[in-house]
Amino acid sequence: MILHPSVLALVGSALLIGALLLYSAYWGARILERWDLSSGSEVQLGLERRTHLVSTLLGYVLVFGIASLFLFVFTADSLAPLFTGAMCAAGSLKASPYGYPVLLLQIGGFSLAGIWLIVNRADSLGHDYPLVRFKYRFLLAITPVLLLEMMLRAAYFLDLKPEVITSCCGSLFGTGGRGVGSDLAGLSPPLAGGAFVILLAGAVAAGLLFRLVGRGGWALGVLSALLLPVGLAAVVSWLSPYVYELPTHHCPFCLLQREYRWIGYPLYGALLAGSLTGTGVGVLMPFRSIPSLAGTLPAYQRRLAGWSVGLLAVLAALVAAIVAGSQLRIS
Amino acid sequence: MKRPRPPTWLERQRYLLDFTLSSLGRRKGKNLALAALYTLVVFALASVLLYTQALRSEAMRILEGAPDLVVQRVVAGRHDLIPGDRVERLSKIRGVQEARGRLWGYYYDASARANLTFLVPDRFWGKPGEVVIGEGVARTRLAVPGEPFPVLAADGEVVVLKVRETIPSFSELVSSDLVLLSEPDFRRLFGIPPGLFTDIALTVPNGKEVSTVAAKIRGQMPDTRPITRAEITRTYEAILDWRSGLVVLVLAAALLSFGIVAWDKASGLSADERREIGVLKAIGWDTSEVLAMKVWEGAVISLSAFLAGLLLAYFHVFVTPAPLLAPVLKGWSTIYPEFRLTPVLNPFIVSTLFLLTVVPYTVATVVPAWRAATTDPDEVMRS
Repeated sequence: MILHPSVLALVGSALLIGALLLYSAYWGARILERWDLSSGSEVQLGLERRTHLVSTLLGYVLVFGIASLFLFVFTADSLAPLFTGAMCAAGSLKASPYGYPVLLLQIGGFSLAGIWLIVNRADSLGHDYPLVRFKYRFLLAITPVLLLEMMLRAAYFLDLKPEVITSCCGSLFGTGGRGVGSDLAGLSPPLAGGAFVILLAGAVAAGLLFRLVGRGGWALGVLSALLLPVGLAAVVSWLSPYVYELPTHHCPFCLLQREYRWIGYPLYGALLAGSLTGTGVGVLMPFRSIPSLAGTLPAYQRRLAGWSVGLLAVLAALVAAIVAGSQLRIS
Repeated sequence: MKRPRPPTWLERQRYLLDFTLSSLGRRKGKNLALAALYTLVVFALASVLLYTQALRSEAMRILEGAPDLVVQRVVAGRHDLIPGDRVERLSKIRGVQEARGRLWGYYYDASARANLTFLVPDRFWGKPGEVVIGEGVARTRLAVPGEPFPVLAADGEVVVLKVRETIPSFSELVSSDLVLLSEPDFRRLFGIPPGLFTDIALTVPNGKEVSTVAAKIRGQMPDTRPITRAEITRTYEAILDWRSGLVVLVLAAALLSFGIVAWDKASGLSADERREIGVLKAIGWDTSEVLAMKVWEGAVISLSAFLAGLLLAYFHVFVTPAPLLAPVLKGWSTIYPEFRLTPVLNPFIVSTLFLLTVVPYTVATVVPAWRAATTDPDEVMRS
């Protein structure tokens, strides 16, 4: 255990947010069990009020989730000097078997919470709580993921012991090593980069089509959902060497540092938010036939698609600028 | 007649925020008390974080100039003087560019009641019989250049040296208690025979070879302890982290009581507030809108307290010499270096602070806020 203020902040907030989540999940289960819109009973009224509480709580979970994701990477980065051979977050995440699972669960949990909020917003567009059952089943499904992430996060920090020999980011993401990191780095860069560019172009095209004609929502949803994992893999195996201008350096965390003009923040931000809004469009597709949503849902989806197209266009511009502006040429 | 366009999401939030601000203004006393307490909590935590971060960057800057590898001789687990012939042997190890015997030690100065660090620099620029002293030493001994500087030698005799100059204060954290002198004077003062050194500093240009060189030294000279710069850095980091973490843990009690106060304030609605919510609902506000107003209320209080606390802490740490914290975090030396820290403020500190303060406040107030937002208008009107 390392008694670092940020570690305390991350573990403490995980406990508090976990408590909020459990509370929401409890009420989610109650709502699923007792919900009956046709009844005017006290219980039903109480449940209708609870829905407001649960959506507010989930909103907070998302906001705090973004803050903790950011702080988690930052803390891992600043703990690096405590581990022999660790030079950035890559090394300190490797110092415990929980490190990378926590990071992946955090990204996944964050995306799920974001999609929940999109569904929640769509639900509020209809007058008769049209998505209430789907929404709370979904909530019960994502709660374990989020709770697992918080438990593993605490376990990660408890497990950390300074001076454990770990690899530095150069060798961890080098092509010779083993583990998730080097598997990603070992992906053929043209393959990963090509898949990423094709998916990105496809998602933007589908988004534009949906925005203009109102068709292709499913395609947009599927392509943007795939874009997140493929995009992250492509950053490691294909894009990061362009940033570092070094064909062997594949670290996804050094992108967040001053030396590389903090390029990682807009890059990851646009990737996450763009793929999230696009996926949201796809998730909402089955509900277009619900009578109380027929009038409002398509407009909301078009707005989401607009955001998605805009963010993905920013992402594409960033990627193009990185590749074009780099001294490195990969043939 | 043309119907007005319904407000967009952003406009709605702006109107809600507008209303929230005026509603907060109507209950100044209660809200100011809470905000002041909140500010105090942020201030305390932010001071700790800023101070350690600044100390850490100061320490790291100093350590950049430290030798790559220091070799000490250890006898029965205690640090001992190392013979000069080892310098030659160490410099022959492949990867070592230069090996250099160092002479330094501590001297308890009875008149100042403090420990001074005596050090023979690589190339001492003064003449034998002269010393160059740090600002802290000059302060406590009231010594100015040209004055005599009497020191009690190891054999009981008083050796009178002369102050040549004081070290400029740009790096007072390290140089405050420092006394620089020539090699003959040092050996005379501490009775160290020629050919013995305190330790040996090695220059290893290739950072990747440091651990290999250290392993070789352990093999060739089992009675020595090689210390790498990375180990020193790590130890500093760990100590600073540990100290600030400890202070934060102590402050956790304050944080907890603040959470309880916030919860209490949020759940104990005044008659005024209840009437306000009742009226809002009676004129057609939705539960979600009242709740949004409550969320904005929390955000406004959090944001202003957060910024105010952070600013105060910045002032406390970087403008004043951090009188409330320095004794705990800096150390326990008698000669305190009076140093001005280089301001450090990064997103790391801000997000740590955010999770430490805003999360507990929000968690404590969200359920009471929701409860307030869902009160029935008729229930309020009737009471």
